[in-house]
Amino acid sequence: MNTLIVAPLLIPLATLVATLLARRSPRAVTALSLAGALALSAAGLALVGIAAQGQILATQAGDWAAPYGITLVIDRLSAAMVAITGIVGTATLVFALARDDDPARSRDFHPLVHGLLVGVCGAFITGDVFNLYVWFEVLLVGSFALLVLGGGQRRLSGTVVYVVLNLVATMMFLLAAGMLYGASGSLNMALLAQAFTAGEVPASAHASVVLMLTAFSIKAALFPVFGWLPASYHVAWTPVSALFAGLLTKVGVYALIRIVTLFWPDASIAHEVLLWVACATMLIGVLGAAAQVEVRRILSFHIVSQVGYMILGLALATPLALAGAVFYLIHHIVVKANLFFIGGIAARLTGSERLAAMGGLYTRAPWLALLFAIPALSLAGIPPLSGFWAKFVLVKASLDASAWIAAAVALVTGIFTLLSMSKIWNEAFLKPHPAGREGECGAVGMRPAVWAVSALAAMTVAIGLGAGPVMDYAVAAAEQLGAPAAYIAAVTGAGGR
Amino acid sequence: MEIIVAITVGLLVAIGIWMLLDRGLLRVVLGIVVLGNGVNLAVFSAGRLDGRAAAFVTEAGAPALAANPLPQALVLTAIVIGFALFVFALAVLKRSWELHGNVETDRITAVAEEPAPDLPAPAGEDKA
Repeated sequence: MNTLIVAPLLIPLATLVATLLARRSPRAVTALSLAGALALSAAGLALVGIAAQGQILATQAGDWAAPYGITLVIDRLSAAMVAITGIVGTATLVFALARDDDPARSRDFHPLVHGLLVGVCGAFITGDVFNLYVWFEVLLVGSFALLVLGGGQRRLSGTVVYVVLNLVATMMFLLAAGMLYGASGSLNMALLAQAFTAGEVPASAHASVVLMLTAFSIKAALFPVFGWLPASYHVAWTPVSALFAGLLTKVGVYALIRIVTLFWPDASIAHEVLLWVACATMLIGVLGAAAQVEVRRILSFHIVSQVGYMILGLALATPLALAGAVFYLIHHIVVKANLFFIGGIAARLTGSERLAAMGGLYTRAPWLALLFAIPALSLAGIPPLSGFWAKFVLVKASLDASAWIAAAVALVTGIFTLLSMSKIWNEAFLKPHPAGREGECGAVGMRPAVWAVSALAAMTVAIGLGAGPVMDYAVAAAEQLGAPAAYIAAVTGAGGR
Repeated sequence: MEIIVAITVGLLVAIGIWMLLDRGLLRVVLGIVVLGNGVNLAVFSAGRLDGRAAAFVTEAGAPALAANPLPQALVLTAIVIGFALFVFALAVLKRSWELHGNVETDRITAVAEEPAPDLPAPAGEDKA
């Protein structure tokens, strides 16, 4: 049992080393990399199977009891996030098999992706504030190198923006972690949660949590600190930007959910602030998307607006709202990565990702039109796709909590999202190709990309049609989040001599 | 001692942020380093500064005035990570210098926001 807890760290780490050792043979690198990603997905699903029973897995590094050893904890939310990380990672690697002339399609891609996955999984399963900082740094180093992979002026410039703002956010987090330790004498999340709920911490500890949440807000691209995201995501190679779009901001969202539910389970001011931030994020994100004329830039702004929904769930803090946030996380990662993939395929087929220079895809590639329609309609929240259930639950939770404005903003944002998606649909799919370049850019060697996209689209449909079990899981995960006592008990009771 | 450290941290963070707001990318990168050192010092001071003895805990218990080893370990980790990130930032800076000539942050943002270049038609590929 205990070995499975560390599997989300060991599998990508081992794959990272193996792909580096096998550098000489590109085929071996690809095979090892895919095997590693599949193993990570399998481990994630196994963890979901265990977590679904309601058990919280916890272990202490080196078997030192709670305040001394670094704690790893896997509850329902962590398990689901690890599983979805493995699945999106696998889809990215499969997509990257497709023929592509981009210089980023190199051997370095595989070890870097696994380096990123180590950081992401580590952030999802750690139970220690400083350890969370370390995992953030691990995933940052991987993401820096992935973003700039392939080089060129545009990519380098986007990387500069991304690097500077993420480093500032990370330093804020480090400072907050140090201050929190100075104020409370502990970095273990469970012990801190105990101290916070018992009111045993000085005011400066609360101040450092505010600083920490600000840092996570930058990572999660919340209003008003989202500017770095749409300024950098569109420059990367397609699989890279899809992986980022799916996972990276969600690590920030996960950290926000974890810290707020543990430290401030019923602090009304924090939830009030988060509620307004969530509304502004939803609205500004979707309005920003309306002004964009390139596929990936539109989608980047939609990441911002979608993150707002998850934070809305966290801000309302009712069990139903938290369940909505968890469901939204699961649904969003799949849909968002898929839309970036499809944008990449569309750009390949039309020769551009500027909407003005695209067109004719509906006649040229009707299968792609169908594959685009599924995640696009899901993103906008059209029944019976996954996004509908996510939005439905969040709007219902807002109405139950009499947060009328939040409910209205959530609905309006849904309408604008649909408008944005129909803009891409009209320009890239319906309108004839402006330069008559159809057929000039071939679909040769694109089959792996289509597999990856089809698999994720099938997942979206499955989450939509089988929303019952997924929602049950999300509700159960929200119950665990709403009652941190079990989490604390699992950590303090685990390991130790 | 605490006051000196607190003022130093404040100064370093202020200088770091001031440099981050500069137009030249070189200053921005150096600003990150200064800010990082300020933050490291702040984390270090979180474990009290009056510790004088090494924290060897014996059967008799911890020595009086033992230094707190945890923030020292944290800072060590942060310094190592910060150094790696600084080197990466320098590499990006050098490459930007080679590609752009002058490395003004406004220019960097403008280049990143340029319209996406059209993909060249893959050479020697059959029509699908």
